[in-house]
Amino acid sequence: MQTPTLFALLLLLILVAYGTGFSRALGAARSRGGIRSLASLPSYYGVHTALWCGLPALIILGLWLVFDDAIIRTLVMGGIVDKPESLSGQNLLYAQIQNMASGNLVGEATPQLTAAAEHLNSLRHGGQWLQTALILILSVGLGAYALLKVSPEMRAREKVEKVLRAILLMCACAAIFTTVGILMSVLFESVRFFQAVPVTEFLFGLHWSPQMALRADQVGSSGAFGAVPLFTGTLMVSAIAMLVAVPVGLMSAIYLAEYAGNRVRAFAKPLIEILAGVPTVVYGFFAALTVAPFVRELAQSVGLEASSESALAAGLVMGVMIIPFVSSLSDDVINAVPQSLRDGALGLGSTKSETVRKVVIPAALPGIVGGVLLAVSRAIGETMIVVMAAGLAANLTANPLESVTTVTVQIVTLLVGDQEFDSPKTLAAFALGLMLFISTLILNFIALHVVKKYREQYD
Amino acid sequence: MTDLTQTQVRERIAARLASRHRKEKLFRGLGIASIAFGVLAVLVLFTDIISKGASAFVQTDIQLQVTYDPAELGIEQVDEESLAWANFDGVIRAALRERFPDVSGRRDKRELYSLVSNGAGFELRERLQNHPELLGKSETLWFNADDDVDTYVKSLSKSEDGFLGRTSEQKAQWILTLRESGELKKRFNTTFFTNGDSREPEQAGIRAALVGSLFTLLVTLVLSFPIGVAAAIYLEEFAPKNRWTDLIEVNINNLAAVPSIVFGLLGLAIFINFFELPRSAPLVGGLVLTLMTLPTIIISSRASLKSVPPSIREAAMGMGASRMQVVLHHVLPLAMPGMLTGAIIGMAQALGETAPLLMIGMVAFIVDVPHGVTDPSTVLPVQIFLWADSPERAFVERTSAAIMVLLAVLITMNTCAVWLRKKLERRW
Amino acid sequence: MTTMTLNAGEAGPAEDQTANPASESAVEQSAVKARAANTNIEVTGTVGSPFCDDAKLSMRNVNVFYGEAQAIHDVSLDIGRNQVVAMIGPSGCGKSTFLRSLNRMNDTIEGCRVEGELTLDGEAIYGPKVDVVPLRARVGMVFQKPNPFPKSIYDNVAYGPKIHGIASRRAELDEIVENSLRRAGLWNEVKDRLDKPGTGLSGGQQQRLCIARAIAVSPEVILMDEPCSALDPIATARIEELIDELRQNYTIAIVTHSMQQAARVSQRTAYFHLGKLVEVNDTETVFTNPEHELTEAYITGRFG
Repeated sequence: MQTPTLFALLLLLILVAYGTGFSRALGAARSRGGIRSLASLPSYYGVHTALWCGLPALIILGLWLVFDDAIIRTLVMGGIVDKPESLSGQNLLYAQIQNMASGNLVGEATPQLTAAAEHLNSLRHGGQWLQTALILILSVGLGAYALLKVSPEMRAREKVEKVLRAILLMCACAAIFTTVGILMSVLFESVRFFQAVPVTEFLFGLHWSPQMALRADQVGSSGAFGAVPLFTGTLMVSAIAMLVAVPVGLMSAIYLAEYAGNRVRAFAKPLIEILAGVPTVVYGFFAALTVAPFVRELAQSVGLEASSESALAAGLVMGVMIIPFVSSLSDDVINAVPQSLRDGALGLGSTKSETVRKVVIPAALPGIVGGVLLAVSRAIGETMIVVMAAGLAANLTANPLESVTTVTVQIVTLLVGDQEFDSPKTLAAFALGLMLFISTLILNFIALHVVKKYREQYD
Repeated sequence: MTDLTQTQVRERIAARLASRHRKEKLFRGLGIASIAFGVLAVLVLFTDIISKGASAFVQTDIQLQVTYDPAELGIEQVDEESLAWANFDGVIRAALRERFPDVSGRRDKRELYSLVSNGAGFELRERLQNHPELLGKSETLWFNADDDVDTYVKSLSKSEDGFLGRTSEQKAQWILTLRESGELKKRFNTTFFTNGDSREPEQAGIRAALVGSLFTLLVTLVLSFPIGVAAAIYLEEFAPKNRWTDLIEVNINNLAAVPSIVFGLLGLAIFINFFELPRSAPLVGGLVLTLMTLPTIIISSRASLKSVPPSIREAAMGMGASRMQVVLHHVLPLAMPGMLTGAIIGMAQALGETAPLLMIGMVAFIVDVPHGVTDPSTVLPVQIFLWADSPERAFVERTSAAIMVLLAVLITMNTCAVWLRKKLERRW
Repeated sequence: MTTMTLNAGEAGPAEDQTANPASESAVEQSAVKARAANTNIEVTGTVGSPFCDDAKLSMRNVNVFYGEAQAIHDVSLDIGRNQVVAMIGPSGCGKSTFLRSLNRMNDTIEGCRVEGELTLDGEAIYGPKVDVVPLRARVGMVFQKPNPFPKSIYDNVAYGPKIHGIASRRAELDEIVENSLRRAGLWNEVKDRLDKPGTGLSGGQQQRLCIARAIAVSPEVILMDEPCSALDPIATARIEELIDELRQNYTIAIVTHSMQQAARVSQRTAYFHLGKLVEVNDTETVFTNPEHELTEAYITGRFG
């Protein structure tokens, strides 16, 4: 039976289980004088039976779907005597076997290949049967077991709720699984990368050119993986972005919170927040096609040499993107400063700006710092703007008019397109990903901690 | 103690007043300037994109009198095989030669043929496939002009001479002739909405990307909304105060701030390399975006649950409802509008996301509209990214037009969210 | 940090200072209206002696509006030099609103409008050319809830002199800080920890710090808006002593919820009811022989 059919059948079984569980509970109740005599409502008995019938079967089915390909592959490849050493060679061979098994013959059919293809087909066929049988037996058997247990004394509701609660907990743990998944995916590949390239070279090397030579005897074949130019490039673009975003974001938050009347606020706040909803790819397009030429022309008009993919253009646009982020976080923390402090300062004869600068901002400082750190983490991780506007050349420079490259740009360039999973070039992307993840993690952690402490202070 | 007298104090205060008020004005001015900068940025961004993209919604078309001449086509009857081999381009060329009979020479002829998009042959084939009786007859049809022609014609409305680019003087002459006789017109660009990607700008459309986005969002919504709501319910209503719960919370807050590209790495390493799911598929894209939007949805759902007053819970609990019944029967329905708003905002975020999808190979060149969640596809933002990289000038306006479509969808979604919040929000 | 300052005994009263007095008074006024309706007494004008010869502050026919709602109706009152005037009345009667209009703190509330003639030493408070900055330096204010800035004790007191540029040298500033803290009776308690945060003091000390902060700019008038309502009885007694001492140098207007406090610290007492000034008299008269029956009803505890 095909998996979708099996799935549909399973759903049907679950419905039947609910119905029978429900009516059995009603039947049991009738002989005792109505549903009052049941420990739970009849529908809970139905759900209880349905859960027994469906849940284990669904879990097994899911696991099956995840692992059957891998298991079949191991079995098929295990039967082949002289298989290639490299992973990519094995992949190729297996793809050939798969093609042959599904009838699209590509290339020459050796007897070994034919045998393997037949093996594969028989395994798939057998697997399908095994799957169908296992799932049906499991679901019918457990469903029947649950049905037998239906009795007025059984506390069906408690049991159902326990299962529901467990499901809720699993969903809540999704966040942890995601974090673990991220860590695992970047960590494993990074470890493999660092076996090929020493950590110290990666962290402190000044030269980045990840292109591997095609042949071993080519000149400069090794590729260079010194990531310092990427780090400095990332820092420069982020710094430019923060130079735009922090003053503008903070001042507009202050103006909106302390000065603006209701009408200005109702008009300006949503308008600025539009900036937060614009996709980054749009900013990238804007940076590459409008701002970068503009910056270039401007630089030329004052007699400076500017690259057409300058760090300045990317940084400026990134700054604009982050303005609403800084301003809404600052707005939150500024509004959390109690009015009584403002009253106190104003009551002494401070002007409004003195109140803001000397009382409100110092009081809100931890929160603002936290918000700025979050914004920095955002700037570091921003990808599309720099991919489209910042260029690929790994220059180690302090001139914002030159082209620089960033960690995210390199990750994208290294991973988009054809890739081999065991070349240091591809693995380098994961090592960069690890750096990115760790640095943003630290920033976020500090920022969230600071903001939380700040909130507690005024709660 | 040398006490300052009140008069002395008054004098000193008065002496500094003017400079203090100047500073106040300056500060206020800075605030206004900041707001103005933000508003200006919005305006510049939007006008820039609209001014670049608006022209993509019209397309230059050329009218030709085509003859389905069996000799030219090289076929005798209309069937599948002959259609596949038929020389429709020849028919188009013949029609062009007929319109400009005095063009001779190989170079000039090639120049002439390039007036019309080289997708015109496919249009003819489709036409003949649907109307086999046309074989041997002739009719007048509109065809998309080549992108260079399109660019030139559109630039004519901006300046007298127009932007020639790769267009030769001779070609420009033909174009002007056609335009004067009404055989060349700018018409609404339906191709843009009905086609998939193409190397030829005049044939490139966003349909495939739109459908890809739709599938991807569907997967994201189906997964992230139930999981997000369930997680929020657990954390808000059931979670005991312990280290495990703290860990989950820290994780969620942290994930909300992890760069999106890192989720792409996760998708590549786990979904594609480990689970061997198909590359470029909306399924994988949806999974990655689910993980990415989950924190947003959990956080907004929690806020929405938190806003349900405890008195409701107490009332239901007082009637003897179990904790689960209280939540499912009373709290959840009341919190639903807020959760939906959060979900829409999360979906809008997912719709605009590009970087993680690049990682899982959704950058493929997709001509065909995908039919399912495992078909290779691309999404609108990635299409924009791909077009933005194309050297052809005509792609600039198409990129901007695609951005306009994307922004329109996003604005609609956000407006819906705001409307929903206003409409269903309950104040306790 | 603030949690440290509130001892168990100092837990604030039920009524908190709200960010928006407009809505507060609207709600409470309706409650008071309901209660006053039972007494069925119409307030027509102010009885007693609202005026005095040597007036520091003088108000004539003051009306205050929050948007459409009128919070103060036609109030006329003089506050004499070096005198403590107490303003009492049920909550929501407008006494705080009235107090805040004396140094234009109401300007900070959107939609608030003050009409009438208010003068300080004969100069109009709401004149078109009046600068609120020096005005507020002359008319200081102490709030219901102690609100020290999250700065050191020294910086709290030095804040006013610094922004106004009152001290020309560091030594002068030190002197102003010391004098102010001495006058507020706090010097001996804090002289060894001037660099510690002001928020780390106890509630009563915080309020005295706020008073020190207010007198550091040498004001002529100090407005006090229920300065003891968040304090325990011992701290309250300390503040009340302080008010009595401050009377030598300053003119003080104090809003209070506690009739005993009004009786203890003030020379004259004004009774407000539903935004109207019902009666002004010597404190002794108000509490022993009130002229208006509403005043009598209030001080005998029939409502409030």
